[in-house]
Amino acid sequence: MKAIADSILSGILLGSLYGLFASGLSLVFGVMRLVNVAHGDFIVLCAFLALAIQHVTGFGLPFLTLIILVPLMFVFGYLLQRMVLNPALGPDILRPVLITFGLSVIVQNGLLQGFSADSQKLQGGRLETASMPLPDGLAIGAFPLLTLVVAVALIGLLQWVLYTTKIGRALRATSDDLRTAGMMGVNTPHLFGIAAGIAMITIAVAGVFTGIRTSFDASAGPAWLIFAFEAVIIGGLGSLWGTLAGGIILGIAQAIGAHFSPGWQMLAGHVVFLAALIFRPRGLFPRRVE
Amino acid sequence: MLLEVSHVNAFYGDFQALFEVSLQANTAEALAIIGANGAGKSTLLNAIAGNVATKGGSIRFIGDSLSGLKPWNIVTRGVTLVPEGRRLFTSLTVQENLQMGAYARKGTDWTLPKVYELFPRLKERSNQAVTSLSGGEQQMVAIGRALMSNPELLMCDDLSLGLAPVVVQDIYATLGKVRKSGVTLIVVEQNVQQALSFADRVYCLQEGRVTLEGVARELTLEDVSRAYFGRRGAA
Repeated sequence: MKAIADSILSGILLGSLYGLFASGLSLVFGVMRLVNVAHGDFIVLCAFLALAIQHVTGFGLPFLTLIILVPLMFVFGYLLQRMVLNPALGPDILRPVLITFGLSVIVQNGLLQGFSADSQKLQGGRLETASMPLPDGLAIGAFPLLTLVVAVALIGLLQWVLYTTKIGRALRATSDDLRTAGMMGVNTPHLFGIAAGIAMITIAVAGVFTGIRTSFDASAGPAWLIFAFEAVIIGGLGSLWGTLAGGIILGIAQAIGAHFSPGWQMLAGHVVFLAALIFRPRGLFPRRVE
Repeated sequence: MLLEVSHVNAFYGDFQALFEVSLQANTAEALAIIGANGAGKSTLLNAIAGNVATKGGSIRFIGDSLSGLKPWNIVTRGVTLVPEGRRLFTSLTVQENLQMGAYARKGTDWTLPKVYELFPRLKERSNQAVTSLSGGEQQMVAIGRALMSNPELLMCDDLSLGLAPVVVQDIYATLGKVRKSGVTLIVVEQNVQQALSFADRVYCLQEGRVTLEGVARELTLEDVSRAYFGRRGAA
């Protein structure tokens, strides 16, 4: 019983990392109907960039690199959207998928060239080993707990932007009807750039947290993309809290699977994902019924 | 002259939807555009609003050319379209839809309280999803949303679509008030009687060409029916 409780607890904490992975993917799909196949590779890119920034600046804690990484990735996301992805958007959804697939190949090979094939890790210092005791002999790691807090805060912040600010209202309106939003004065190519920039901020945060939690190499992106996709689908397309819930469900499934056999860790996650596709194809928390 | 469209052509791929169309609107005037399905009425409004590219000719608003401007630039010049089929933002509430109209506006002629004064039923429903509204109420949201951009020229594409006649009467009565406030109106209307009784001047389009232009109360139904159905050039 205690072992199961332990699995569920660590599953929730691991799942919050998946929620962090997936929030940007969910936002980009929700606003632009754009499936970014390079999402996982951008997370890996951010982990490597954090490593490089630490190397250059001598920042002790990897979190500090976010001071540079967040604005950098916002601008990168904005320019990428305006110059590369916007021209590809249209009735044919295959074009942006192919382009982001190409970006994925470029990022992976660029990282291989720049950082070699060696596995790397960001050093979180004492935070990585610190833990807090819970009743019943359970314990909760400080870093996984911080990941959960950051995931909830980041998704809460995105939700606040979407539902209370003028730009958030424009993002939702554009998601409903691109052409009419333009007629109401929304410069939609610019707004898409902003949305992509915001998504890149979540990718930067996800990159740093993932880089502290596990080791990574240039080809790690696609595996992380799968977790992000699964979290989005389980949670329901276009719903950010649903995406976090989807990530946590995926994390719990993996942790319980791992409890029975290490081989079951990944498989249990995929089985839950397939079950969600079969029984709740619109996800657990779809944004609305059209 | 507020709006001057001269010799404009428009294409959808190889299909030509407008042929050398010219139209003028004076300040505070109400125009109606009539014509059969596929005559090019919506295309003309969308060309003015910047949704459809034009070839040749010119579209000038208060002397400035609108050709080549993006829709989000044109709306800030004071030209707003209430699109066919309303095209509300379905995941937004009534009030959020209205606020979207004010996204890039200049001036403060139309505010939320003024729009609610014009459409009191929307005030009671301000926090509801627009999908829960009746067709007539949705049309009110579409008009209110367009007014929130403070247009000098308000174009309405087929307001009557799918609405009961008594609701259409209501909507046109309200548009009359909008007109009195000094806004210039262009309406596309399927119902010829409605168009003739509401507008100062009427344009009839047939197969992408203007076949009739005249003062509404001087036109007879025979004139209109010839322009509407007649062979090209017969009018």
